[in-house]
Amino acid sequence: MLEILTANRLSDGDVVYRTAAGDWVDTIDDAELIDDTDQLTVAVAAAQADVKASRVLDVAPIAVETAEGHIVPKRLRERIRAFGPTVKSDHRPGAV
Amino acid sequence: MYRYDEFDATFVRQRVAQFSDQVERRLRGEITEDEFRPLRLMNGVYLQLHAYMLRIAIPYGTLSSTQMRRLAHIARTYDKGFGHFTTRQNLQFNWPALKDVPAILAELAEVEMHAIQTSGNCIRNVTADHFAGAAFDEADDPRPYAEILRQWSSLHPEFSFLPRKFKIAVTGAAHDRAAIRLHDIGLEVKRGDDGGIGFAVHVGGGQGRTPMIAREINPFVPEADILAYVDAILRVYNLFGRRDNKFKARIKILVHETGIDELRRLVEEEFAQIRGGVLGLPAEEAERIRAYFAPPAFTARPAASARLDAARAGNPALDRFSRQNLHRHRTPGYTSLTVSLKPIGGIPGDASADQMDAVAAIAERWAFSEIRVSHEQNLILPHLALDDVPEVFAALAEAGLATANAGAITDIIACPGLDYCALANARSIPLASALSERFGAPDRQDEIGPLSIKISGCINACGHHHVGHIGILGVDRKGEEFYQISLGGNPDESASIGDIIGPGFFADGVIDAVETVVDTYLKLRTSPGETFLAAYRRLGEAPFKEALYGA
Ligand code: HEM
Ligand code: SF4
Repeated sequence: MLEILTANRLSDGDVVYRTAAGDWVDTIDDAELIDDTDQLTVAVAAAQADVKASRVLDVAPIAVETAEGHIVPKRLRERIRAFGPTVKSDHRPGAV
Repeated sequence: MYRYDEFDATFVRQRVAQFSDQVERRLRGEITEDEFRPLRLMNGVYLQLHAYMLRIAIPYGTLSSTQMRRLAHIARTYDKGFGHFTTRQNLQFNWPALKDVPAILAELAEVEMHAIQTSGNCIRNVTADHFAGAAFDEADDPRPYAEILRQWSSLHPEFSFLPRKFKIAVTGAAHDRAAIRLHDIGLEVKRGDDGGIGFAVHVGGGQGRTPMIAREINPFVPEADILAYVDAILRVYNLFGRRDNKFKARIKILVHETGIDELRRLVEEEFAQIRGGVLGLPAEEAERIRAYFAPPAFTARPAASARLDAARAGNPALDRFSRQNLHRHRTPGYTSLTVSLKPIGGIPGDASADQMDAVAAIAERWAFSEIRVSHEQNLILPHLALDDVPEVFAALAEAGLATANAGAITDIIACPGLDYCALANARSIPLASALSERFGAPDRQDEIGPLSIKISGCINACGHHHVGHIGILGVDRKGEEFYQISLGGNPDESASIGDIIGPGFFADGVIDAVETVVDTYLKLRTSPGETFLAAYRRLGEAPFKEALYGA
């Protein structure tokens, strides 16, 4: 099963994903794709160290698929976290 | 309007300073999330799906123009330009950064606002009828008592670690617009035989996974005793409320398991001990607080407004708006106006910073600078001359706020649901938008009449689905959003919990299902005067079940 690691950044709460280099970024496509249990264990341990270091919170592995070169979470909840609220229109600048 | 006294001001300032320090220490990594979480929750800061969320208390739903402008400013400066008014008469900002929260709280403190007791197992923001102090049918303004309860419960050491959260609502009218029977304690201001003020006290109402209608524990507690009586209830709850199981910890479970008669006995026993003590409410003190809520300087006016009537005759949109969104005021020539935050197809309860500023300006110019937040997620201008309604309507229309649908089928309550909330099973907002569009045509709404749809994205019931005439609850069905429909719920003095009507629907079927229910009602009602709720109570579930699922 293909997975990536997600969390919320401590300072602003934003949704972030863990890259292969161990950085936390906003763009889901830059997340490290993991399909190996040992690799996942290592990544989670490193991510937990970032929780300890007060960089991120709520670390979780999530199941994803790749489609046309993009990473798409399997669960709706995670798709909403990744791509934003699905509401048709709201008052956010630039929202449709 | 109530002004902070020195005690309030000092304590809010101290709290801001304290929390600023805690945030800095957290950002520097000096305290862990486990240590910090309870501290941030005590200050209204949650972590949601996309970001932190800040919940700001609006005591008894009353706001001044100055405060509304400050909320607009915060939305613009620190958030994404909008805020979400909730069923708890609170405002939630969905996108603040933790590092900005101390600055936000400092800005709020300047206009006598805060986020204290908006979370945790304490006594939460006391809510009240949004037409308080204005409605024609009121025994008295309930807000002074909400304020007295707020002062008594603020940072009350004995009640800061209750078995569970505790919600109190107060109404001044027999027609209950504050859903007092769905709160842990619900109070109704009444007049005794001698004209003196007292309260009918209801206890043990609540929504969530085990919805219950409150029971009347005392039909009339005199004003002087009310704090002592409420305190006695809290003491009994604190002692006997269950702490072993979070789902059984609300006072409604205690009422259910102990029985109202035994609970009444325990409360009376406790009350007998503290009655007349420090918790007495001397008439002078009640008077002092009431003075803060003195009505504005109304001028003598004829009961009907020739000016408004003439304008209505020439402007069908204004006519419709006046029919739908005005509520009878107790002073001749005045009205209370609902500013609907339910544009057709929009997001229930959301207002942009510009809209908040517009409402602040309108209130300042025409409505004594007073604004209310209703638990139906709308705003109210409680005191407005009927003569000024045409100008106010035009100004609201300019700000995109003149939707004529108060109490209509598109006046939908919806919680944030899966678009924002970390606890959600399913989305609420897109469903509300789609239903609003389906029924949005003015003729269709008029044909249907008063009908409330209420939507929650999980069993916590923040969207009041149990008491919607049509309630919709989002659940998770093997990873897919699935919606249960209940019928016949009602939050007022004839409160009832809706009946789940049958198997639920996936998102693509639920809008049609609601329309089937509505069409069944239209077909079976005795006359256009028979409301959905009345018809459902007469007919029962059967015809609706049959229409939805076949015989
Ligand atoms: C988005 C973050 C929110 C969280 C985490 C949250 C959490 C909860 C939880 C856990 C309960 C159940 C309490 C119980 O059964 O003991 C609850 C109830 C409730 N919440 Fe929320 N809620 C949120 C947002 C809201 C919003 C936006 C509103 C108003 C629109 C709201 C209004 C209520 C109401 C009215 C209840 C029912 C009161 C009762 O239990 O009797 N909540 N909430
Ligand atoms: S009802 Fe559930 S989904 Fe909706 S806001 Fe409350 S906790 Fe979140």
